[in-house]
Amino acid sequence: MAILRYALYRFATMLLTLVVVSALIFLIINLPPGDYLSNQIAELRSTGQTAGVAKAEFLRTEYALDRPLWEQYLIWVGFAPGPQGFSGLIQGNFGWSFEFDRPVSEIVGDSLWLTVLVNLAAVLFVYLVALPLGVLAAARSRTWVDYTSAFVGYLGLATPNFLLALILFYYGHRWFNLPIGGLMDPAFEGQPMSWDKVQSILLHLIVPTFVIGTSGAAAMMQRLRANLLDELGKPYVETAIAKGMSPPRMLVKYPLRMAFNPFVADIGNLLPAMVSGSVLVSVVLGLQTIGPTLLTALKTQDQFLAGFVLMFVALLTLVGTMISDVLLMLLDPRIRYEGRKA
Amino acid sequence: MTQLPDGRFVDDAPYDPQQSIRQIERADLDAPNWLLVWRRFRQHKLGLISGVFLLLCYLMLPIAGFISPYTPNERHSDHLYAPPQGIHLWHEGRFIGPHVYPMTSKANLETFKWEFVPDTENPARLRFFCEGSTYKLAGLIPSDTHLFCAPEGSTVFVWGSDRLGRDVFSRILYGAQLSLTVGLIGITVSFVLGIFFGSIAGYFGGGIDWVINRAIEILRSLPELPLWLALSAAVPSNWGPVSVFFIISVILGILDWPGLARSVRAKFLALREEEYVRAAEMMGASSGRVIRRHLIPNFTSHLIASATLSIPAMILGETALSYLGLGLRAPAVSWGVMLNDAQNLVNVELYWWTAIPMLPIIIVVLAFNFLGDGLRDSLDPYHS
Repeated sequence: MAILRYALYRFATMLLTLVVVSALIFLIINLPPGDYLSNQIAELRSTGQTAGVAKAEFLRTEYALDRPLWEQYLIWVGFAPGPQGFSGLIQGNFGWSFEFDRPVSEIVGDSLWLTVLVNLAAVLFVYLVALPLGVLAAARSRTWVDYTSAFVGYLGLATPNFLLALILFYYGHRWFNLPIGGLMDPAFEGQPMSWDKVQSILLHLIVPTFVIGTSGAAAMMQRLRANLLDELGKPYVETAIAKGMSPPRMLVKYPLRMAFNPFVADIGNLLPAMVSGSVLVSVVLGLQTIGPTLLTALKTQDQFLAGFVLMFVALLTLVGTMISDVLLMLLDPRIRYEGRKA
Repeated sequence: MTQLPDGRFVDDAPYDPQQSIRQIERADLDAPNWLLVWRRFRQHKLGLISGVFLLLCYLMLPIAGFISPYTPNERHSDHLYAPPQGIHLWHEGRFIGPHVYPMTSKANLETFKWEFVPDTENPARLRFFCEGSTYKLAGLIPSDTHLFCAPEGSTVFVWGSDRLGRDVFSRILYGAQLSLTVGLIGITVSFVLGIFFGSIAGYFGGGIDWVINRAIEILRSLPELPLWLALSAAVPSNWGPVSVFFIISVILGILDWPGLARSVRAKFLALREEEYVRAAEMMGASSGRVIRRHLIPNFTSHLIASATLSIPAMILGETALSYLGLGLRAPAVSWGVMLNDAQNLVNVELYWWTAIPMLPIIIVVLAFNFLGDGLRDSLDPYHS
């Protein structure tokens, strides 16, 4: 029951955070002077196209861009009625993209799921790589295994993501004939899900996952190694060895469990960095996630599109952090966030 | 001093076998803090080497114009995408001093590439302390003396030339001026904000603490890069390179402070209960004075170490922003701006030297990491 209560509490704080974040994001995307429509109107006026001006003026009132900023914000989120009544983010209306002249939900469409997929794959990669390597580095500390993994880890931290992406793409294509660019074969785009499409996506996921996950995996591995080394010096480990337990069994049975908590808790810290990385890598590698959409939207001041993408990215990290917190609670019953009982 | 009957001299003071050892210990206890830190840091070989390397890098910045043979935006229209020219010392087994082989460009009409043929018959000697294009030493003193320049009628592209025929080597040196200082300015902004908010949250507690803590949590849970992108997209495009540079560094710093503020706050929570703080308050010191004079000096060392570890993130951030075209813009030269040229694979495959700027980035970031690790381990000399 305590867990359920905690999950509910965590969910409520997440919603509150989202509200604050939405205000922050709205403020940021409205920082540049002017907006897409007024720029367009000025441009159309100067070229004398009155028909276009009328349409732009219509869109301006339709999306309440002629109102004060705080009213615009309330309408955008859906707290206040706009020209069509309550219709904002919380009612499921993501707004209109002026650049593409289509609703935002149509433009982002599939890319939302692909974004989630890429990030999930990266998180899985981090766990799958960091767990065995971290344990190995701790068990064989101060040998070549340890030093090599530390060196690779440092290099992973120091290489900018996008460079790693370029290098891996180049050599991945050259040596393993991995596909270049995109998240699926162009033939499958817009097609319904099929086994071939899934295969194609998986094949295209290899390089991006590796690129996004590497620095996170390196950090996680170092953390796990440090925690395990701390545990390995404790008397109970000595007892286990003295009892005649085989080292691998001993390692997995006792110290690893102790060192495991930060491993789960850390994903909350790692997730923002990884989502950041996925945006950058998507732009460089031309993945069909929301990364490239965000970049164009920001460059053209397409405010509803940019705002929605930023909100989605923030939501992704917040939900991820929340899940990791709840998981941590399930994993270790000793952890309680409530106040102490009197 | 007494003389024994057998003629030996003996000191009157009682003999203490522990004395010599205690003197050494005493010296250690009396040694100033910096000496202990330095002694400890010296043992961290990797950190020491990185520190010296970074020091040299930063010392190089004001004289970048002197070291580089060309100015960053000097174009050689007949040497577009010229490959790196090796600097040789021996010509046909004979030592003739540093020289290059002049390259002539020829258009290959089948591949539509410029091909460069080195003329190995005629070595051209490099000139030293020679006159070249004018630059400003440290941004102030105009000068036209370069450490080395191209021989007459030849070029010297140590690391090749780029799309517009500009020397990659010179541009890397000039790029360092922006790429290396962006982190310093960013960290200053982040420090001021982090210490300010962290200290008032930790010192006063209560409502202020709650608000600042929530702000820290929210900012830390957001992905940095999309916000950096959004903020830099808001920089007006008609601003000059210098203002863009400053605003970008400020943007990098603005999102970095929460981590620092959190550790400052934790320290303050622990330290504000100490007797000396109580004493200072009793004597009527204002909160500002207690924070500045009594609390912050307690963990400057910790702050320095964490600053060193945050600078690389800023350097990488600037590189990423400029690479995407939202950070610094030409004619400003930074490593990220240079890598903008290496954006597509075809370029990197055909002209691999356009990707050279990634090497200094990786090396500098690694050096900062090692230096930060070394500092963190040694800055607390009383902790073994």
